[in-house]
Amino acid sequence: MLTPRSPRRLASIAPLLALALPAVAAPDPSDWQNVVAQAEGQTVYWNAWGGEARTNAYIDWVAQQVDERYGIELVHVKLGDTSEAVSRVLAEKQAGNDDAGSVDMIWINGENFAAMKENDLLFGPWAESLPNYPLTDPDNTPAVRYDWTIPVEGLESPWSSSQVVFYYDTALVEEHPNNMPELLDWAAQNPGEFTYPQVPNFLGNAFITQALLELSDNTEVFYAPMQEGDFDEATEPLWAYLDELHPHLWRSGRAFPSNSADLRSLMGDSEISIALSFSTTEASGAIANYELPDTVRSYVHDSGMIGNISFMAIPYNAENKAGAMVVANYLMSPEAQAEKQDPDVWGSNTVLSMKQLSAEERALFDDIDLGIATLPPSELGEVLGQPHPSWVDALAEAWQKRYVN
Amino acid sequence: MLLRLAPWILISVLVVPLAAGLLMVILPAFGYLPVLGGETFHFDAWQALWQRPGLYRSILLSYASGLITTLVALSIVALFLAASRGTWLDRGIRRLVSPLLAIPHAAVAFGLAFLIAPSGLFVRWVSPGLTGWERPPDILIVNDPLGLSLMAGLVLKEVPFLLLMCLAALPQLDPEKRVTLARSLGYSANIAWLKSVFPVLYPLIRLPVYAVIAYATSVVDMAMILGPTLPPTLSVSILGWFNDPDLDHRYMASAGAVLQFGVTLAALLTWWLGEQCVKRVSQGWLVNGARNTGAMAIAVGGRLLLATTTLLAISAIGGLVIFSVAGFWRFPDALPGTFTLDHWQRILPSVTTPLLNTLSVGLAATLMAAVMVVATLENAVRHHLPVSRSQWLLYLPLIVPQVAFLFGLVVAAESINLRPQVALVIAAHLLFVAPYLYLSLSEAYRRLDPRWMQVAHSLGASPWRAFWRVRLPLLLAPLLTACAVSLAVSIGQYLPTLLLGGGRVPTITTEAVAMASGGNRRLIAVLALLQALLPFIGFSLALLIPRLAWAKRRQMRGVA
Repeated sequence: MLTPRSPRRLASIAPLLALALPAVAAPDPSDWQNVVAQAEGQTVYWNAWGGEARTNAYIDWVAQQVDERYGIELVHVKLGDTSEAVSRVLAEKQAGNDDAGSVDMIWINGENFAAMKENDLLFGPWAESLPNYPLTDPDNTPAVRYDWTIPVEGLESPWSSSQVVFYYDTALVEEHPNNMPELLDWAAQNPGEFTYPQVPNFLGNAFITQALLELSDNTEVFYAPMQEGDFDEATEPLWAYLDELHPHLWRSGRAFPSNSADLRSLMGDSEISIALSFSTTEASGAIANYELPDTVRSYVHDSGMIGNISFMAIPYNAENKAGAMVVANYLMSPEAQAEKQDPDVWGSNTVLSMKQLSAEERALFDDIDLGIATLPPSELGEVLGQPHPSWVDALAEAWQKRYVN
Repeated sequence: MLLRLAPWILISVLVVPLAAGLLMVILPAFGYLPVLGGETFHFDAWQALWQRPGLYRSILLSYASGLITTLVALSIVALFLAASRGTWLDRGIRRLVSPLLAIPHAAVAFGLAFLIAPSGLFVRWVSPGLTGWERPPDILIVNDPLGLSLMAGLVLKEVPFLLLMCLAALPQLDPEKRVTLARSLGYSANIAWLKSVFPVLYPLIRLPVYAVIAYATSVVDMAMILGPTLPPTLSVSILGWFNDPDLDHRYMASAGAVLQFGVTLAALLTWWLGEQCVKRVSQGWLVNGARNTGAMAIAVGGRLLLATTTLLAISAIGGLVIFSVAGFWRFPDALPGTFTLDHWQRILPSVTTPLLNTLSVGLAATLMAAVMVVATLENAVRHHLPVSRSQWLLYLPLIVPQVAFLFGLVVAAESINLRPQVALVIAAHLLFVAPYLYLSLSEAYRRLDPRWMQVAHSLGASPWRAFWRVRLPLLLAPLLTACAVSLAVSIGQYLPTLLLGGGRVPTITTEAVAMASGGNRRLIAVLALLQALLPFIGFSLALLIPRLAWAKRRQMRGVA
């Protein structure tokens, strides 16, 4: 059997190896030229949520680009839920498949990342060696180094930044609330016209976390792993608030929409008048898709809204790691990021720091029209970090105990 | 001889993967999952499971919806058949029902949800004119805590299946003769059918009924759309635990999968006990001599119920069609303000590969299943084997809930180095396709008058020649119907396709479910309609081919 020893030699025959030998030595991300050479001819299976036509179309565009530039065949494995990919890697590990895994790259963040990291299911570190990584200005942007307070440590590369926003129908709501207590008053006056997705859906989690942060005097405690005994006292204001809010919700809180898409449908059907989203451009996009009336606009709470960054990760047993790294790097290029930010294409916010870009590259972003229901970056306010996953888990658990019977 | 091995091949193809998958789920349920550090056996997962909020309601919901759905669907079918007299109206209703079998469960669920929701089509049509509602009323209809919407959705899907199974089994019972005889004794036609045909028909459709119970207790896709949410049904909860980012939930998910198996078994057992009671209790009614009591109610009720079911299902699909071309549609407008082809244009370029995959996987699985099932049946008929007790093994894949063994099956396949690929997906589909094919075909096969073959033999035909020239042509209609059912079953598979294909074999169903997670109702409608297209073609061919082949032999056209 042919056992390649030198990476150079490996690179020259990589296309053949990809067919003949599944098990190749892991590429070294610091030797970028070699990674690119190895990547040529690889087929990269990118496991990414496939629920949005615009997202899927953007991924198709990326596939064309990396094929032309790097000779990589990129296949979008469309997931209904990211955890399906985590399941797959886990099953492969369980069965002892440590080098020919079927998942090459995952669009991931938060709890899924935390779980994979904790169980040693990730390859790396590699992300900080990518040539485009410095464009995110990591030294001044802690958000790219912490995924829900979990240190990223080069195990995933930043892709998109998102922030929770509320959106409301101006035809039905005269004045929107600006914080959680005002939201409660508004809900009491307009019973049945607001709801949020059922916990533990990630947007549902985001809503109760947002409420927790807004209603607590000391929020620092939430950014460290939860200690035994902290929970009851720290979350007391949240439960008092939710107990009071729920009777005024859509269907009196006896049912909840299952996810952000469900919530959007309710808004489109005029069942509710205020909703929330984890994407600042969701409302504009949904208007363009005929899902929402063009009277919908976005707003944020005074104290800032929860936000996070989503990433690309490579499983420890991915078969085409070099190809995955090259694609991840391309996804961080100004060109790919600007294309993604265009609401006509997708409208997902860039992770690049404008300071790090050349004037020419910045122009790519300046020319983008954000759409009528999207707040300009200057009006999005402060981005509140996601609390540590241990808090989010405990919150979700407690919510279930309290409201499921 | 290969033919003698056929039943064993069929059984092992079905049972071995199932057992392997179950084992890989039972071990973690009792704490053994070395990847996550679980190396000793204990009951922690079960303790965690029993403490889940709402668990008892979840169990009760799954159990009750399985039994109630089946009872309602079976009653509708029985009453319709009792009332049906072969008039144009009855034939029309029958014809409308069979294509409904082609429509995937999830599509029906989406359509129904949109019909009956407070902002749905029905309310839009009468608002604000009749109701005065400018905004949708705040009433909990879809996702209701009792699971009534879910049961309604399941009934819509199971009625056509049971009706088809009945229609396939009926010709062997000579129902006309029985009814005529009973009528000559003064029974009204409806009562005659119920007293003289149904008692002999039921044993023939018993297994399909069991399959319906098992399916309804563990259905995932429909329950996610129509079922209650606080808490959801057991199977939906289990899927959530398997997909929980906190990998420690795996143990509890596995225990839940084992529990789901138990709940399904309990529902089946309850039904069986019910059968025994009905047998005892109904004996008096069968011979009490009442000839007309309730005949009118049956005549009206049977037709009305089936027609309502059919109309509901067709309206649900109609709703999907409207949505697939709808612009923004403000409540309470009866129709969208604008129409557009955008949604179709956006989807069509990307569905060629999924459609081809769907078709090739479905045809391959159906073909393999057909060969194995026919070989098994032929072996049984040729050697005059009684219906063996091991037959129930064939139905295991239908009775063991998918969530209970598929996750384990992936691990099992990986352990013997089987990587995700098309062949593996076909094999996984075979698990569900073969039992349905057997279910749909075996009665017709067994009951074909043996004298046909005796005549063929006496004319000098060898067993194989008789098989090809006499038996198969006589069974063409039921065989094609069984294949169409199998194709539809294959096309509807989501979890097996995704898990065994590692996501690399996109089918129209995996695309539809992925798109459903995004919730754009218009794009979902387009994909659901495309998803219904292939099985619809399958059923149409199953109807058409016998008619064309036997254009001059009316008796051979079959009933399906």
